[in-house]
Amino acid sequence: MSFKVLQPGLLSLIQDLGRFGQHDIGLTTGGPLDSEAFLWANRILHNESNACAIELSFGGLQLLVQTDSYFCVTGAGLDISVNGVNKALWTSHKVVSGDEIKLGYSSHGCRSYIGIAGGFNINPSFGSGATVMREKVGGLNGAKLAANDILPCAKTAELARQALPESDWPLYGQQGSNKQESDAVLHLLPGYQHHLFDSTTRARFFNSQYTVTDRSDRMGMRLEGPAVPCPSEKMLSEGICLGAVQVPADGQPIVLLNDRQTIGGYPKIGAIIARDTAQLAQLRPGDTVHFEAIDLFQAHTINTLAQLKFNATPLLYLKD
Amino acid sequence: MNTSQTHIEIASENSYIVYFGDPDSLQISPEVSAVIAATCEQIKQRFSVRLIDLVASYASVLVIYDTHLCDHLWAKNALRSILNTPEKHSENRGQLVKIPVFYSTKYGPELALLAENAGLSIAQVIDIHSATEYRVYAIGFAPGFAYLGEVDERLAAPRLSTPRLKVPAGAVAIADRQTAVYPASSPGGWNLIGLCPTPMFNPEKQPHMPVTVGDRVQFFAIDEPQYLLMGGLLHEL
Repeated sequence: MSFKVLQPGLLSLIQDLGRFGQHDIGLTTGGPLDSEAFLWANRILHNESNACAIELSFGGLQLLVQTDSYFCVTGAGLDISVNGVNKALWTSHKVVSGDEIKLGYSSHGCRSYIGIAGGFNINPSFGSGATVMREKVGGLNGAKLAANDILPCAKTAELARQALPESDWPLYGQQGSNKQESDAVLHLLPGYQHHLFDSTTRARFFNSQYTVTDRSDRMGMRLEGPAVPCPSEKMLSEGICLGAVQVPADGQPIVLLNDRQTIGGYPKIGAIIARDTAQLAQLRPGDTVHFEAIDLFQAHTINTLAQLKFNATPLLYLKD
Repeated sequence: MNTSQTHIEIASENSYIVYFGDPDSLQISPEVSAVIAATCEQIKQRFSVRLIDLVASYASVLVIYDTHLCDHLWAKNALRSILNTPEKHSENRGQLVKIPVFYSTKYGPELALLAENAGLSIAQVIDIHSATEYRVYAIGFAPGFAYLGEVDERLAAPRLSTPRLKVPAGAVAIADRQTAVYPASSPGGWNLIGLCPTPMFNPEKQPHMPVTVGDRVQFFAIDEPQYLLMGGLLHEL
């Protein structure tokens, strides 16, 4: 019982929520860049929140269904079809053995998630199925999906279908049809070496617009804008958390994401909250952002409200 | 160590970083490293299931906690009380791990260069490198990559100006006053001096690494036949 990869697309990776408790041997977390979209896919499918799904960057995945199941696609906007018939995003759909699922290329946003009922059965490595290509761990042999890969799963004959109402779909990015008027706001907790940046530099950082560059990947998003170098460049290597904003000598900030190295030696002005790393990961080169300072109490409130909203948002029950 | 020499900074919405000693001094010390190792044990006990991850390094510990199980106020108070406990710094010196090295000018192309720079013979470089007891200061960069310090000043050497695209697994290397064994084949800019047959990272085996932060490491020289007998592989560089 399985799904077979017909076309892998640009970058398709098996992910669960990530690999935790392994930093002491140098393993990073991995996990979905947009964990909210990932969690929606599992919730719509009645799955455990940590069930393995596939993260697509820019789409292009085609799967052959080899057992009866249900699937759901969330995240970046793209066309999906089953045997050539268009299907809705953020909605679970029944498929039977022999069906072909085709995902197009994303028109706005860039990370999409396809989950299936019960999740893909991936042998965990170091406690997690999350693929980190640089470390060659997780997923299928630590690699991105390739044509003819077999993704094992359980058979699911009957499942109540659900959908997230379109009014609750997140808006992604600034490019394409869902173009937002303004910059994306990245909420930053000043921390780490923030006190080493002088007040003029800090003011410039919080009052400038930064542009997402194409030199970005699952390790980090490189931004471009007014330089905000740290006067003291030399420091001892230390632990790096998700969302840390690292500033190398050229003064151009890099926001560190899920596949970051666990230690590093560049000054950091603080870290953006995880909800905003997710938002950032949906942006494309040319999109713009600005940073806004918050404190831990505000971060706590933002996260609590988002969690309550996620839990309280009702799903539509669909009849077959 | 005086607790006034520690301070806690925010790292992110669910992590604090604790600095030990004067972070701007850039000095590496085995005493600070021992305190960090002891503190990590206390953090693990106190945070228990609330702890997600811990990253110990030269002069800091990053503490990542689960905000579903505690909030930042609890986490900071817990860290403060740990740092204020005076007699925690046990004489835990870590285990001493002996690691074999096949020192070779063929498989460690910078061995001769280091000798030349220091005005020493190759045999003297080997003696100095293997006579020093190193401390595991940090693990990171790649799975299983342990930063060992400090290398005798005479052997210190800057990273290569052009990093190699491929350093073989097991390569023993020096950069500045750090030494390490590459756990897997990867790009790298350190000076290579030999090969180690002991796997530094084994996903199939518990523990996955022969060392942990706070342990001590001493290298001992082996020859090519012993290296092969211990399961070492020879790659053309």
